[in-house]
Amino acid sequence: MALNPPIDRAPEIAAAPAPDGWLTVVTRFCRTRPLGAVGAAVIVLMLVVAALAHVIAPYDPVANDFGGMLAPPSRAHWLGTDAFGRDVLSRLIYGSRTALLVGFGASVLGATLGSVLGVASAYFGGRVDLFLQRVMDIFLSFPLIILALALVAILGNTIPNLILAITVPMIPRAALVIRASALAIREMPYVDAARAAGFRHGRIILRHMLPNVMAPYLIMLTAFLGQAVLLESSLSFLGLGVQEPMPAWGLMLRGAAVEFAEAAPWMAIFPGLAISLSVFAFNLFGDSLRDALDPRLRTQ
Amino acid sequence: MSPSAEVPVATAGVSRVPAGDALLQVRHLVKHFTVGGGLFGGTPGVVRAVDDVSFAIRRGETLGLVGESGCGKTTTGRCILQLERPTSGQVIFEGRDLTGLDQVALRPVRRRMQVIFQDPYSSLNPRMTVGQILAEPIAVHRLITNAARRRERVHDLLQRVGLLPQHADRYPHQLSGGQRQRVGIARALAVEPALIICDEPVSALDVSIQAQIINLLEDLQAELHLTYLFIAHDLAVVRHISDRVAVMYLGKIVEIADRRELYENPLHPYTQALLAAVPIPDPALEASRPRPVLGGEVPSPLNPPSGCVFHPRCPIAVDRCRGEIPPLREITPGHWAACLLA
Repeated sequence: MALNPPIDRAPEIAAAPAPDGWLTVVTRFCRTRPLGAVGAAVIVLMLVVAALAHVIAPYDPVANDFGGMLAPPSRAHWLGTDAFGRDVLSRLIYGSRTALLVGFGASVLGATLGSVLGVASAYFGGRVDLFLQRVMDIFLSFPLIILALALVAILGNTIPNLILAITVPMIPRAALVIRASALAIREMPYVDAARAAGFRHGRIILRHMLPNVMAPYLIMLTAFLGQAVLLESSLSFLGLGVQEPMPAWGLMLRGAAVEFAEAAPWMAIFPGLAISLSVFAFNLFGDSLRDALDPRLRTQ
Repeated sequence: MSPSAEVPVATAGVSRVPAGDALLQVRHLVKHFTVGGGLFGGTPGVVRAVDDVSFAIRRGETLGLVGESGCGKTTTGRCILQLERPTSGQVIFEGRDLTGLDQVALRPVRRRMQVIFQDPYSSLNPRMTVGQILAEPIAVHRLITNAARRRERVHDLLQRVGLLPQHADRYPHQLSGGQRQRVGIARALAVEPALIICDEPVSALDVSIQAQIINLLEDLQAELHLTYLFIAHDLAVVRHISDRVAVMYLGKIVEIADRRELYENPLHPYTQALLAAVPIPDPALEASRPRPVLGGEVPSPLNPPSGCVFHPRCPIAVDRCRGEIPPLREITPGHWAACLLA
């Protein structure tokens, strides 16, 4: 029962642009941001290596071989062996699992919890906002690593605790950025409409505001990935992260740099390269993603 | 034009409307915003966005609320909807004062009172399909709990506002401005309200689409017995759709009367100037008629003039206007104006 002749609808039904398929989006990203695509390729490579570690690693990463300790790179051990005769390449490959698990775990948790807090802070405003922001400021006044160190020292260094310790200092950083975007969303008429419809606060925050801060959320997430990997390596290097004999890049560096930097440099060089390369890849990808998603830089 | 024929369109102001007849009564509504100040800042300023506004809307009628940008008409609408909490005053809707109610107590009231926004581009959540946007309030208020029947209702709503059932799967960015505004109207209708606050619903649309949306609003009013508060700055549109019209200036209502009476016999000098500013679509006539132009700018609501807020710009102001705040009084039956000289 159309009450009015809907003149403006007929031609536009056909004219509505079809949303881009993901393949188109990926191709466009690779073409316009080749550096970001390189970063993404390295990340994908890391993911594949981590997933297939048990297939591609030539040796057991924790098997000692006291006959072949500190062996330089050779045909049998491409990247040499460490002080316990363990294959460096195999440990690097298995170490990527630790790095990605902690990296993804901490940044997804940190960015998500931070976003919820940031959006809630912006939505409620007033005293709630003021209180949350001051608490965040207190957390922000500690450098990432100090806070993470303190948490690991308190909680003990298991993998879940390590993820938690890296998550906590990420939360206020995410909350700060997301809050800024959410403040703009808060003023959107569709949020007013949701309030006028009598929806609960939780529904408005989760269904109407959070999905609309997806772009800064993804940007935060990728920015955190590199930091989280670096932080995990740092903690392991300091002896407060992953414990022996579990393979982790920072841990490998620790054993290598302290005693064998001159005698067996391959022990330090390769895990160091792995850390640098992965953090570099995450940052390259994150930067390109930010450029691609930031509507202020977009020409549309 | 609208179904108010059954309600005698005569009397106007607050006191004259019998309580049972009024769907909404706004009494001495005040909304002040504090600006500046803070922990170490200087003295905070107070913006008197809405300053002692009173009016009533009868069931089934359309009250037009006009005024220039920043005069507080949108804030009045937001205070009625309880999107802003009034500083003082009462908003009595269906016999209940809403100003004291908390979010939980307001929830059933929200079903009866809806809003249509000005900007069709930002009033729809870009991450939800049209179907989701329309189904959500129905589900939240448990009007229809069965998902399939809810979908039927969404299709029914879409057809009611002149869209097609296929539009339910579209995202807002795939629709035109006029189509989006239709979705905004359908969303307001979804919870079966009695009152709809139309906050400049056509100002952002092309003129040809404006007429369609206005006609749609009128048809829906007749069919669903809706009551509108129609906020706008376009005098021609307000004249077309309203039964009565209220004119706002700097946070106050300066005149309120039946549409015909207000447009033909404006009593307040501000209303007179406002109507004189509307061009006549006849070049010869337009060129020949005298056009009084108001001098000066609208004063800041941070620091409104003493006495009658209009006196610095008023062509007929006398000394008395500087000191005395003119009350809104009934000059002729149903015609109220806030001018000492009227």
